[in-house]
Amino acid sequence: MQHCALRLHRQRDADHDGGRIVLSQTHALFAVTGALVLIGAVVFKPVSRSDAPRLPSDSGEVLERLPPRDDAARTRDSVRKALASRPDDLRAAVWLARLDIEASRKRADPRYLGQAQSALAPWWDLASPPEQVLVVRATIRQSLHDFDGALADLDRVVAEAPDDAQAWLTRSVVLSVRGRYAEAKASCGPVQRLAPSIVFTLCDASVDALTGHAAGAFDRIQHSLQAAATPELREWALSTLGEIAGRLGRGDDSALLFEQALALDSEDAYARAAYADRLLDEGRSADAAHLLAGRTDNDNLLLRLVLAERAMGDPIANAHAELLAARYDASRLRGDTVHRREESRFVLQVKKDARAALDLARANWQVQREPWDVRVLLEAALESKNPGAAAPALAFLDENHLEDPRIQSLAQRLRGMR
Amino acid sequence: MFWAHPALAHKPSDSYLTLEVREAIVQGRWDIALRDLHNAVDLDSDGNGEVTWGELRARESDVASFALSHLALSADGVACPLVSNGLRVASHSDGAYAVLSLRATCPALPRALRVTYTLFFESDPQHRGIVRIDDGGGTRTAIFSPRESQQTFEPSKPNRLGQLGAAVRLGIEHIFAGLDHLCFLVALLLPAVLVREASGWRPVPRLRPALVDVLKIVTAFTVAHSITLSLSALEVLRLPSRLVECGIAASVVVAAVNNLVPILGKDRWAAAFALGLLHGFGFSATLMDLGLPRQNLALTLFGFNVGVEIGQMAVVAAFVPLAYLARRTWVYRRVALGGGSVAIAVVAGVWFVERALGVKIF
Repeated sequence: MQHCALRLHRQRDADHDGGRIVLSQTHALFAVTGALVLIGAVVFKPVSRSDAPRLPSDSGEVLERLPPRDDAARTRDSVRKALASRPDDLRAAVWLARLDIEASRKRADPRYLGQAQSALAPWWDLASPPEQVLVVRATIRQSLHDFDGALADLDRVVAEAPDDAQAWLTRSVVLSVRGRYAEAKASCGPVQRLAPSIVFTLCDASVDALTGHAAGAFDRIQHSLQAAATPELREWALSTLGEIAGRLGRGDDSALLFEQALALDSEDAYARAAYADRLLDEGRSADAAHLLAGRTDNDNLLLRLVLAERAMGDPIANAHAELLAARYDASRLRGDTVHRREESRFVLQVKKDARAALDLARANWQVQREPWDVRVLLEAALESKNPGAAAPALAFLDENHLEDPRIQSLAQRLRGMR
Repeated sequence: MFWAHPALAHKPSDSYLTLEVREAIVQGRWDIALRDLHNAVDLDSDGNGEVTWGELRARESDVASFALSHLALSADGVACPLVSNGLRVASHSDGAYAVLSLRATCPALPRALRVTYTLFFESDPQHRGIVRIDDGGGTRTAIFSPRESQQTFEPSKPNRLGQLGAAVRLGIEHIFAGLDHLCFLVALLLPAVLVREASGWRPVPRLRPALVDVLKIVTAFTVAHSITLSLSALEVLRLPSRLVECGIAASVVVAAVNNLVPILGKDRWAAAFALGLLHGFGFSATLMDLGLPRQNLALTLFGFNVGVEIGQMAVVAAFVPLAYLARRTWVYRRVALGGGSVAIAVVAGVWFVERALGVKIF
């Protein structure tokens, strides 16, 4: 009897326990299910990779739009054909290379630079190629951010052919990108007697504008504006003025100047990017997005577009950010380092990874020192609370007196942290 | 006179070549930008500035022969003849690419595989070939440029842990990629929270017996398919793939119909075991398609089986709690069990006809 009661008792306990166990088991199972589904979603996401090959079902499906076959493209094709039968024709080769460089500038597309290099193939690897080849080779090298190689070529050209205005000018630009302002200014000197006066003014005043004389530089360029004989020179002057006005804190002037420059050449991606930066700094992200609409095939413009869309809370920013990240990945895969400045901005502001941004900004600083190179280093150092990393840029600012309210306030905050 | 601003803002020209070295066979996938290809092979036959799939496909043999004339593989000094066996397209971040499927046959498993890559170097020295080589033991990436157009790769020492991990992953993926195995599993699981009685289905009183039932079914299935998978992978036993595929479809029909009319008897785990034997042959076909490294077959088989089991357990974990909560409802018994089983039986029946007759119904 007692035995039986005990059994009953146990049975009830077991039932009771069983009920509790069932309940908590169900909960646990749900938790496990949720976790598994989550893990599954993360692990198996790559199954739908966007570069997966596919077999289109419609033969009329348009896969790619080719660059337009304009007059310039037809000219290049015919020169290329002529060169193919006589590849050592120096004059034709240099001509074609210049046309290709022009196309690369117009479309901001490095493929044309590779073609220019190909035109110069018989001379490309020579230690001392003819002078015309040196200038073109230097232009290609600096476009590929091989600044040392470009400077070596240009130094030889100006030594051997001191009347080559383009060589002096390009040399000044490269030295300026490197932050070697005294030499950059000196390289403008010979341009005065070799080229129209506005070219000299633009060369010389551009250096002044970065070394504490921005207001004077602005006035000088503005005065010489009516001397701009061609739309190209005028556009160059206007976009330079737009940049200087921006750094002087004259936002309205800057916007107007950029608008005028883009009206003369809507394909100037450099001016468009600089204008977009100005708008972004002023919090006018909708205007920036409008300026950049549809320009997603240019990485630099795409970066500004992503920043504008994010500032506006536009959901398309995520898709554009993914596209840009894929481009940076592809660029890294091929061993390129030309995008580090832009990528540092992207990583800092979009990916919010201050340390990675700082690594990129520091590596970039070893190669180039334009105002934006200073700025990305300062911003990344500030965000990663590492003021020491900004030391070289701060010393550079002390030395050169760059006028730029944004950069100066960043520098102020970093100095306060030390 | 120009203002030389270094503002390159487009991606330069690259191609992406993936080579998978399996024994003496090298399988490849080569992605080449249409913009670049067009400079060598006219892809815009109507000259409207657009490349359509029809225009590309019409030049397939020219594209393939142009590309293959700029790539060479050799194993320990002996050339591995390359053929292209298919053209597709893919989108990369900078536009559309043609995708060539390649196959090279070497005399034997190369100790050193030499790759010579010269695509577009003549017309664009800034072009780069980004080549990924996967030899089953690991993956390496190399960049080909005019200065480095020839590079040699020695197969890596097999990384056992990596290989095991890859096999486990493959097993998991297989469960979710193959609809027939999923259907089979669901058909077996649907009645797990119910008990069949003469008058019809009754909900199980508690979760534990339902879980034990499920565990028995899934484990029986795993043990069974492990046996036939191993036998087949080790080439002890082979069945014609058509027979196997038809059998799998038929097994799904049987499992689903059994939920409507009892035909398999009370011990469903025994049925799961019998049908699992059949599914193992199907798994083996998947594994063989991937070209297994022979040296670590046992490890790969083990990993694949573990992966399949993990995949199944994930399905169980997702399914059983919901089914348990819903087991008393009319919806579960009529719609989920009844309707679900009918749907699975019909779909699997279609598969059976398709596979048996070699036709495509859907």
